[in-house]
Amino acid sequence: MTMTEPGVSPADVAGRPALADLRRRSIEVRRLILQSIHTAGAGHIGGPLSVTDLLVNLYFDRMDIDPERPDWPERDRLILSKGHSSIALYAVLALRGFLPIAELATFDAANSRLQGHPDMTALPGLDMSTGSLGQGLSPGVGMALGARLRGAPFHTWVILGDGELQEGQIWEAAFVAARYRLGNLTAIVDYNGLPQFGWPRADGFTREAPIEDPGGKFRAFGWNVVECDGHDHAAIRAAFDLAETHVGQPTCVVARTVKGKGVSFMEGDYLWHAKVPTADDLARALAELDTLSAAEERS
Amino acid sequence: MSATSTVATLPLAGANAIAPREAWGHELVELAEGYPDLLVLDGDLANSTRADIFAAAVPDRFFEMGIAEQNLLGVAAGLATVGYVPWISTFVPFLAKRALDQIRVVIAQPHLNVKMCGAYSGMLTGKTGKTHQSVEDLAIFRAMPGVVSIAPADAVELRQAMRAMMAHDGPMYLRVTRDPSPVIFGPDYRFEIGRAALLRDGGDVGIIATGVQTVRALEAVELLAVEGVHAALLHVPTIKPLDVDAVVALAERTGAIVTAEDHSIIGGLGGAIAETLAERRPTLMRRVGWQDVYGESAPNDTLLEKYGLTPRHIAEAAREVMAARG
Repeated sequence: MTMTEPGVSPADVAGRPALADLRRRSIEVRRLILQSIHTAGAGHIGGPLSVTDLLVNLYFDRMDIDPERPDWPERDRLILSKGHSSIALYAVLALRGFLPIAELATFDAANSRLQGHPDMTALPGLDMSTGSLGQGLSPGVGMALGARLRGAPFHTWVILGDGELQEGQIWEAAFVAARYRLGNLTAIVDYNGLPQFGWPRADGFTREAPIEDPGGKFRAFGWNVVECDGHDHAAIRAAFDLAETHVGQPTCVVARTVKGKGVSFMEGDYLWHAKVPTADDLARALAELDTLSAAEERS
Repeated sequence: MSATSTVATLPLAGANAIAPREAWGHELVELAEGYPDLLVLDGDLANSTRADIFAAAVPDRFFEMGIAEQNLLGVAAGLATVGYVPWISTFVPFLAKRALDQIRVVIAQPHLNVKMCGAYSGMLTGKTGKTHQSVEDLAIFRAMPGVVSIAPADAVELRQAMRAMMAHDGPMYLRVTRDPSPVIFGPDYRFEIGRAALLRDGGDVGIIATGVQTVRALEAVELLAVEGVHAALLHVPTIKPLDVDAVVALAERTGAIVTAEDHSIIGGLGGAIAETLAERRPTLMRRVGWQDVYGESAPNDTLLEKYGLTPRHIAEAAREVMAARG
């Protein structure tokens, strides 16, 4: 078992979306996240911003899906095990055509299909209900096993938060996935290193990452492990290429991310785990994204 | 009254007994023929739950998940989303308690088609003690929205219930007992989800029983008959949805109700009947079952006697509630 570090190339790939397009999508998703949380007056911010690029890459570059047929049996599956980042998934699904963008304004409201944590009975396009941490990988094992039994070609992707790796069930699932050699299963760790409250350090101010070396732990459980920069679409694409084509073992992609990514005053600050931006916060954050967007257009 | 009137034979001790767990294993094999999507997932207990009968007969649809029940239930949920119908093989405590949050979040809330079977239910678990006995599983599943809960009385009813479960889409819980117990139902019996069966009619007192306690309740009816007491016996194999009309009708006719179950008197059959009658037809009751205690290791007969679950205890409760009614 060797650690695979994909070569990162800034070059576009023929037949695939341009990297610049993916980056523009990411900026748009971040705008929608910030606006939705501000409108709802509740929800999480830091986690959704850290997982944004991974979701954009999956839904716009990777997964074989059809918004017109959300229950298509051969679609690729996605489980957002860190269900508290639901608004990021909803924003990506909206941009991908699964729901109207305007519906994001109903997030967390009564009678909304956009529940605080993903509810597969409420919104077509959600492959699993999540919200109680540590539970998403096991249904992913079931889906991958089911695909093999059916002879179906789909791949199952499960996004895990690094915090929920503290839950024992993750390792129960990791063991069984390796035991059944589920090469059609990929776990992606959104490794932002910043828990909600976390383990205090001696200085009483900074917070420790919830779990050290997740890649090493998955490797010890018999997984293929790939690491990448979780905000670089070329690197994510390369890592997902390796994950999707690997046979005989499930793959864990450890994506190094930054909690609150894209908004300078939210990045790396655990207090932005679930803080609602004020009108002023929102204006500042959107202005930063406008600047990023303008830079993207110039390049 | 919606209950089916069915003639059940009085159990003969020792004779004609079948272990429900054995029937469970054989029925899975039979069901597998007609249902290609039926799978069995085991938590390293197949030779106790008797899923090993299925594993030997249909090995390509048997999946060992090891001693890791939380994952076991989660994998079942994932398989259900792909159209498979997973049947779970483990003991009640490790299902209903160890993996409770998994059942809640990825099976009950998304209403997925997983058949959760708990072997070694109740007190009679073969000298295992309180960790392996199950006093609160019916209370737990009954409180979960959308989950159907079934406790069959014998091997005949168990097999029929399994066929009904296979034809029903949604999360379901099935209580399976360990040791051989008398068969009380004939081949003409027809189990229906949500339907109680009136096994004995009588106007003096109404006994309502579930699971294998129905066998002991039948014996209690005979004990009372000797004294000239005409007891009715309503067997309630589906704890949820409850056959409310049958329960209310029995209460109206007798004015005195005794419940009998191998479960805590809190939250299970006795709890369900008390809730129902308090709203629909307030009736004096006695609840025979575990009196808010955990169990211990001992031979089954000793446990039944010590914890008050014998036919004699059921008959005594009937006399008490009749006296209280006046």
